[in-house]
Amino acid sequence: MSDTAAHPISGEVTRDFGRKRRVALAVPVLLLAYFVYVFFAFDIPGLAQRASMENARVLVSDAYSYKTHVTRNNRSGELTVAVEGKRNHIYAPDRMPAWITASGETTEIALRHGHRVTYAPDAVIYHYPTIGDIRITNPDGTFLTEIPEGLPDGIVNATGARVSIGTNAGRLAVTRSKAETFRYFNGWELFFFTLDSPYRGHSAFEILFGPQIDVARGNWAGAAQDFWGNTLWRHKDVAWAMFETILMAFLGTFGAAMVALPLAFLAARNFTPLMSVRFAARRVFDFVRGVDALIWTIVLARAFGPGPMTGALAILVTDTGSFGKIFSEALENVDDKQIEGIRSTGARPMQRYRFGVIPQVTPVLLSQILYFFESNARSATVIGAITGGGIGLMLTQAINTQQDWEQVTWYIVLILIMVVVMDTLSGWLRAKVIKGGEDPLL
Amino acid sequence: MADAASQTPDRIGTLQQSYLAHVRQKRLYSGLMLAVFVLLYVGGFGIAESRNAGGFLDGLHRVFDFPSEVVSEAAEKAANLPGHLVTYFPALLETLNIAAVSTILGVIVGALLSLLSTRGLARFPRFIWLFRRLMDTMRAFPEIVVALVLIFILGGGPVPAMIAIAIHTAGAIGKLYSEVNENADLKPVEGLASVGATWMQKMWFGVIPQVAPNYLSYALLRFEINIRASAILGFVGAGGIGYELRNAMSWGKGRFDQAAAIFILLFLTIVVVDHFSSVYRDRLTNGRNA
Repeated sequence: MSDTAAHPISGEVTRDFGRKRRVALAVPVLLLAYFVYVFFAFDIPGLAQRASMENARVLVSDAYSYKTHVTRNNRSGELTVAVEGKRNHIYAPDRMPAWITASGETTEIALRHGHRVTYAPDAVIYHYPTIGDIRITNPDGTFLTEIPEGLPDGIVNATGARVSIGTNAGRLAVTRSKAETFRYFNGWELFFFTLDSPYRGHSAFEILFGPQIDVARGNWAGAAQDFWGNTLWRHKDVAWAMFETILMAFLGTFGAAMVALPLAFLAARNFTPLMSVRFAARRVFDFVRGVDALIWTIVLARAFGPGPMTGALAILVTDTGSFGKIFSEALENVDDKQIEGIRSTGARPMQRYRFGVIPQVTPVLLSQILYFFESNARSATVIGAITGGGIGLMLTQAINTQQDWEQVTWYIVLILIMVVVMDTLSGWLRAKVIKGGEDPLL
Repeated sequence: MADAASQTPDRIGTLQQSYLAHVRQKRLYSGLMLAVFVLLYVGGFGIAESRNAGGFLDGLHRVFDFPSEVVSEAAEKAANLPGHLVTYFPALLETLNIAAVSTILGVIVGALLSLLSTRGLARFPRFIWLFRRLMDTMRAFPEIVVALVLIFILGGGPVPAMIAIAIHTAGAIGKLYSEVNENADLKPVEGLASVGATWMQKMWFGVIPQVAPNYLSYALLRFEINIRASAILGFVGAGGIGYELRNAMSWGKGRFDQAAAIFILLFLTIVVVDHFSSVYRDRLTNGRNA
């Protein structure tokens, strides 16, 4: 046994195994140590305090539901019914929703699950089914609340100046100046038509084939006009923003390709024998790529102001560097035989490039360009958020209001659809361009 | 013979004519394509310019105003520069950490997803489509969307950016990895199956050693991309060097030396990481072939 251990190969193998074992152990240990460091560097223990579950609840519930505010002004007795409490989305007095019945001074509001709220002249009454009425009166400046027997805890929250009631059916808040009821609904409010449109509440079939609804306009044109001009969802602006985003990606990607192609010839070994020119072209590409899209975007936004052209130029400049590198590598890999053949017919250099080189590299370059186009549709969203253009801008604006989460959800859905469509389209085009060739991964 | 001789020039003539017609048609089509493209491009540029705050020609001579302002101010206060570089180094470190952690997490999740969605290797072959759609969805989310929503819930700082980039990375890298997996040799897996290995063991000992160089190479490439992404997300409020850059920019004139320091840090980091990762990736791919 001792002489096999002394065999040189055996020693090598043992050493190799030892090294492998040490590496296999060291990598997880290092990773774990790094994660421990990051755990404290990112202050993850403090995250629990900063995180707001209330915000998360608001976000999720707002994304699929909305509330309508029914407000009575206690001084004037005036009743307003507003979607999400927005001043410009108020129901007209003659077109109240069916769940509100106003008769004289008294207003009845039906909530879900059989709950009801009554605004009487001298009291606000919340009818809790099977348990009884919660009666709120204000005889002499402070609120009196009568709570029925058997009402679960935590529903009524009363102080002298304010009473609020929250159940799974809705919410009621009464102060000296006003009584306000919130009724919740599933779905996105006023997505097709706002409250001032005559087409609201009519089905698609009625609008398309039914009798004329608005005297002034035909149904189809009128409905399209009202939908397109919806002041809450701004379908027209959103459509423009999506178009701008795709436009930025298109102009940026193809512009970069057009700028990079001639420069790539300068950087390719087989087309530019002059070392210094090659070196200069390559350093230009490296510099442009190194400066990064973020800095280019900032610099260009200073010169051109916010808008889609700035975004397009930012993509153009950044991708010129990447394309230059990829194109020059593709040009270095061309087959010289075809160029020789063209040269043998007495072709001039321009003709040699046109007929000897371009047909060889076109499929590779085109598929790269399409790949970048697809990924730039995503980048254009981010760049739009920085420069102020396209769907990225609308998205950041909607998020910054911190309450229009249904719009945010809608924009996210649109962005995802755009990305998936672009992916599919460019994948299909790439397959056509290369026809049986392999799809480059990067 | 006389017959054939009289026919030959004729046949050559028709052949030449049909060839030329063919060439003309092809030229017409490519010319039309080119015209359509030029029209689309010029028209699109016109629309983009009309919807932009400033015009193209107006802005063109101003492109270098801001960089020259920054450079001249930085040169003026060159003595401050080393100090600023030291001040902003922790922010740079945070950006790098965000990129590194999200790359590691994304690679782990992406590798798992890719193994689950490769035919022949999948643990649950019936659900291959599910894991593929999952990767597609993760890839489709632009990082900024996830980051901004998470900032609302979790507050500012590196964690939202980290999660956002990790999700996108898992989807993107999962796709690349599953293409690598398809080329893996199944014999080691069968060997391991014959001795009763679990799925985890089959993957760990049978597949991972084969694909590790490619995995590592793609992970490095992703790390480069993620540094840029994490700098950008910082700019919209997620901490790190991007956040400092926005602050430095908002102070405006007179404080651009700080912006210059951040530009330098960012530029150097990207160039250095790009360089080392490309050298190492080269070694990984060529070392395997040798």
